[in-house]
Amino acid sequence: MAEASIEPASGGQSALALLLRFRTVIALVAVIVFFAAAAPNFLSVSNFLIMFKHVAIVAILAVGMTFVILTGGVDLSVGSIAGLSGMVAGALLLNGVPIVALGVVAYPSAALTVLMVLVLGGLLGLCNGILITRFRVAPFIATLGMLYMARGGALLMSNGATFPNLVGSADYGNEGFPWLGAGMLLGVPVPVWILALVALLAAFVTGRTAFGRRVYAVGGNERAALLSGVRTNRVKCAVYAISGTTAALVGLLVASDLVAAHPASGETFELSAIAAVVLGGASLNGGRGTIGGTLIGACVISILGDGMVMVGVSEFWQMVIKGIVIIAAVVLDQMQRRMYRRFALEAQLG
Amino acid sequence: MTELLRAAGIEMRYGATHALKGVDFVVETGKVAVLIGENGAGKSTLMRIIAGVETPTGGELLLDGEPVRLGSVREAARAGIGMVHQELNLCPNLTVAENIFLAHGPQGETALLDKAAERAAARDLLARLGQSIDPDRPVGALSIGEQQIVEIAKALAEKCRILIFDEPTSALSEAEVEILFKVIADLKAGGVGVVYISHRLEELLRVGDTVTILRDGRIVAHRNAAEASVNWIVEQMLGEEGQLGRIAAHRVEGPPVLSIEHVSRARDAGSAALDDVSLSIGTGAVVAIYGLLGSGRTELLETAFGARRPGAGRVLLRGEDVTRLSIADRAVRGVHFVSEDRKAQGLFANLSVRGNMALSDLARYATRGLLSQVREEREVGAMIARLGVKTASAEAAIGSLSGGNQQKALIGRALLPGPAALLLDEPSRGVDVGARAEIFATIAQLADDGLAVVLTTSDVIEALAVADRIVVMSGGRVTLDMPAAQATETMLIRAANAQAGAVPEITG
Repeated sequence: MAEASIEPASGGQSALALLLRFRTVIALVAVIVFFAAAAPNFLSVSNFLIMFKHVAIVAILAVGMTFVILTGGVDLSVGSIAGLSGMVAGALLLNGVPIVALGVVAYPSAALTVLMVLVLGGLLGLCNGILITRFRVAPFIATLGMLYMARGGALLMSNGATFPNLVGSADYGNEGFPWLGAGMLLGVPVPVWILALVALLAAFVTGRTAFGRRVYAVGGNERAALLSGVRTNRVKCAVYAISGTTAALVGLLVASDLVAAHPASGETFELSAIAAVVLGGASLNGGRGTIGGTLIGACVISILGDGMVMVGVSEFWQMVIKGIVIIAAVVLDQMQRRMYRRFALEAQLG
Repeated sequence: MTELLRAAGIEMRYGATHALKGVDFVVETGKVAVLIGENGAGKSTLMRIIAGVETPTGGELLLDGEPVRLGSVREAARAGIGMVHQELNLCPNLTVAENIFLAHGPQGETALLDKAAERAAARDLLARLGQSIDPDRPVGALSIGEQQIVEIAKALAEKCRILIFDEPTSALSEAEVEILFKVIADLKAGGVGVVYISHRLEELLRVGDTVTILRDGRIVAHRNAAEASVNWIVEQMLGEEGQLGRIAAHRVEGPPVLSIEHVSRARDAGSAALDDVSLSIGTGAVVAIYGLLGSGRTELLETAFGARRPGAGRVLLRGEDVTRLSIADRAVRGVHFVSEDRKAQGLFANLSVRGNMALSDLARYATRGLLSQVREEREVGAMIARLGVKTASAEAAIGSLSGGNQQKALIGRALLPGPAALLLDEPSRGVDVGARAEIFATIAQLADDGLAVVLTTSDVIEALAVADRIVVMSGGRVTLDMPAAQATETMLIRAANAQAGAVPEITG
């Protein structure tokens, strides 16, 4: 996709400009080098597998969030939708679906449970989209409302209790759920495979499909998109549905990994996801950002967190440092844009 | 010739504003129908209705003799109607090729993009327009003229039966205009019905087959282009009440209030560049800055006012360097500005007439931060009376006023703090002809009272009528600066079309 503001209008590429351009990659390398030196077993394969399982959680949410942010919106409800999704999966596996007319309880298989929960997430996201397009509620407010509703829904499902031991049973034919979050495939955790799949798909959709183009168009100039015949409302509904679906996927991964669904699961995940997208170079005004950037952003946020735990930084300082990193990312982004504007001026004036 | 589209008795009302009053308009195959009218006459509204952007409140559209309802741009596109919009409707974050094929690919609607095909098709379209713009360049990095070309290429990509050009040449060079006219001739030969809107009258007579003139939402005249002349068009456009006598009293400009010295800035998405502009404005005179869209006139005003920082050069206010001062700091020192875009940058729809007008200098009505409503009502009331703002009361919603009276209220807002310099960006935009004369009379009065007034205009007649001194801009440069008494229409138009770098011929 076009990187309008990343490309200088003409030459004048200085070393500083290059540093600024690849700042997120540099930040990621710096984080890895620093913790490799500070924590002895940081570079071990087993540690990386664990860290990438954590990256997957943030990155999958952030990929969905990227679609929303590309249109100029924001989705605050993803953490709550993840929490609710885990609880719904737990309820389906433990309690099944009572079919009152027949007086029986049907237990969907683990795969069907996963599918049902993903659809639920997509529908909740679609609700956000409809609120935003049809009822003209600002994205911040619509998804804030959904944040509360989904979290409340999650707590209501069990009166605040945890659904434990989600292994399923052969009697009901619904075992196998823990594989999703805790399983391994070819020596790599399943969530990492899922992330790879989601990211590839998202990169393809944003870069190679007409839908992806329209997402960038809506974020770049919504009116122009509308006048070009783009059904902007439909595009917006779709991005929130995508974000809801990725949120549900994360909820499933977390519940599966813990083999339990906790109603408070996923709290503040939305903030990490937004941070990852912004670190990846996307603009909150929409129209600018890439899936690749978001992945690197998610790695920075997640590996920084894990690394700080490993070297024993206090939890309070961890928060302060993450905040500094996020703000620094945006400040550097602004510096880069100013620098290119100056190049453009110099080029024009000769 | 066959009739492609007929607009019959089109009515359009926006609240109290009656924008179109029973308009009939016909588009024929292989013909260029030219539509002329002043700003606010209803041309763009009519075109937006035909292009499916807006739905009329009355009348009907007949396509091939059948009534149609064009509820959206998509439906209009399906019916074969495309439009080159006046305001550039491009996504700055996307490339040229991506913008051209925003709604559908070169081979119609597909789910997957074929970037190579898009790039090739974009290059072909641009070549047809005589351009070698790289299809992979982001649109935000293009000049306004290049963006205009992309907008035209985008419309050509639609392969329409009816193509509307709403002021397509305002940002084009003469060479580019020639190429566009060749493309239009090709379209005509291919049986496409073209609607063409422009402010450049000579251009209209060259390209058009028929000429239709709109004034205040009505069709007032219609002729074959061969029988029309520039003088006839001007007469029809203005009507009798719209004739602007030269109201400038050729005041003598006093000592400089506002000086712009060697100001330059780079263009960016949606704004033009300024290239070493110097200009000094003295007390007690009206200076009109005339220029076409994208000439830099708005950017110059915004730089003077502080809404934009210049890349180079400085702005002096009564000798003090204010280049780095904010809008608020300059306002305190006596520079006030009225935007050309009332709705987006001027009015507060949520506030009353009084609330809107008092906003420029609330400290004036306040004692230790506490607003005195009595003082506010008194001063705002006096200003309403002074400018003759027609409103039910000071407490009426600002939206209930006509465009002209909204404009007067905004001028009143700028006058309440007692400025030394008043900057008006297109003060006659979206104002009917009667109110325009009143606004200009007010401006003349203000200059008589010693105020330095700067206004921009895209209307030669207006510039000549109201100003003591006329500055013409083109391509971000000042191409003419002379007393209005010595200027002629031809000189202004020539200077406005002068290419940056070329020395304009100023012989009249």
